[in-house]
Amino acid sequence: MKAYWWKVLAIVLLAYTLIAGLLLDVPRLAILNETIRALYFHVTMWFGMIIMLVVAVYYSIKYLRKGDLRDDDLAIEFTSAGILFGVLGIATGMLWAKYTWGDYWSGDPKQNGSAIALLMYFAYLILRNSLTDVHQRARIGAVYNIFAFAAYIPLIFVLPRLTDSLHPGNGGNPGFNAYDLDSKLRMVFYPAIIGWTLLGAWIATVRVRYRRIERKLEDKLINQV
Amino acid sequence: MDGQILGGVLFLWRGIFWFVTTPYFLIFAPMWNQVTVLIKKEMTLEWRQKYALNGILLYVVSAVFITYLSVQGALSIPTWNALYWIIILFSAVNAVAKSFVQEHQGRQLYYYMIASPEAIIVSKIIYNTLLTLVLALLGYLVFSVILGNPVEDQGLFIVNLALGAIGFSACLTMVSGIASKAGNNATLMAILSFPIIIPILLMAISISKNAIDGLDRGVSYDKLITLLAINAIVTAVAYILFPYIWRS
Repeated sequence: MKAYWWKVLAIVLLAYTLIAGLLLDVPRLAILNETIRALYFHVTMWFGMIIMLVVAVYYSIKYLRKGDLRDDDLAIEFTSAGILFGVLGIATGMLWAKYTWGDYWSGDPKQNGSAIALLMYFAYLILRNSLTDVHQRARIGAVYNIFAFAAYIPLIFVLPRLTDSLHPGNGGNPGFNAYDLDSKLRMVFYPAIIGWTLLGAWIATVRVRYRRIERKLEDKLINQV
Repeated sequence: MDGQILGGVLFLWRGIFWFVTTPYFLIFAPMWNQVTVLIKKEMTLEWRQKYALNGILLYVVSAVFITYLSVQGALSIPTWNALYWIIILFSAVNAVAKSFVQEHQGRQLYYYMIASPEAIIVSKIIYNTLLTLVLALLGYLVFSVILGNPVEDQGLFIVNLALGAIGFSACLTMVSGIASKAGNNATLMAILSFPIIIPILLMAISISKNAIDGLDRGVSYDKLITLLAINAIVTAVAYILFPYIWRS
């Protein structure tokens, strides 16, 4: 029970997010209408993605310092989970944007920023796959991961300064502080962030275990001969 | 786990403390000799294999000429600006891509033994900055001659070119180091560097737009500082991470 309490928590929080997120009362607003519920399913994807990527960078640094392949497993799988969240975030965001802004893609700085992040991490995957030696792959991958992340942080600050964002909470649009006066949105929003993040960590750890078993079997196979 | 987090925080704090309090001239003094020698070596090498240098210079001229023929007629100022930077970006990617492959493995090993990795990355960045700057100035010259020169504030434009060249070179040198470990194909170099270079490119384009419009320099001051800060971040991270790729 001790080891997997957070997985139970993830299930409970996500069940709560789904039920409460779809059924609970939300503020009535023009244009947004019921799409305001995207807050629980779209905005949370970004939080999940950033948290996953930060964890991946942490393990990349750890790999470079210690050279333990187990850290590299965590780095790559957390990045993959981050990419999954990123793709889902873009997909849900585009659907939402079609109904509220009128277009799937409107050149909003946050849209562009997320697209660039995906470009970076897809390049990371390709870079890793092009290297064959396990340690070389881990080391070069870690270096690129840290380098890309370090370049990405200024980008998040630069992009919004160049053009206004259409997103709620930017460029004169009210954020959810303005109309969430009785904290109804927050009651689902914060648990949703935690729930999705835990789900991401769960996916990542399952895949890490799979990876380690695979490596063990490979080692066995090699040592047999 | 708690101990690890505490260790991480302490490590970070020591890093910041070191960064703020170090007398840099003491650290860099012995490295500086190596750096100057290495830069001289790069230049000699480039001079001996003139075809590479000439090739990349011709690349810029042909790219500008193809653009000129393709646009056919008047070019609006934002388009002029964007095309100019895109051409510089592609030329720089091509020019810097070879920085770790033009010499064969044996000689790399020799450098590995005689020079510190920090000296190597610093010398490569400085050399590539000069190379990119030459490309950018040549591109500017050819652009002005055949597509017209709408720039009103020449000084700001050139300063911006220099800053852009530093940023491009720091970023691309590091990426070419990474790509050289992975077989160094041109695709990899492009896909790895483009997303990383976007913040530098966007800042440079927006400052260059101000210079073309001849806006008061106070308007661009803020952006110049931002560009400088991005350059500093990218260079510092490259400086810290390069030893890890060099070692392998």
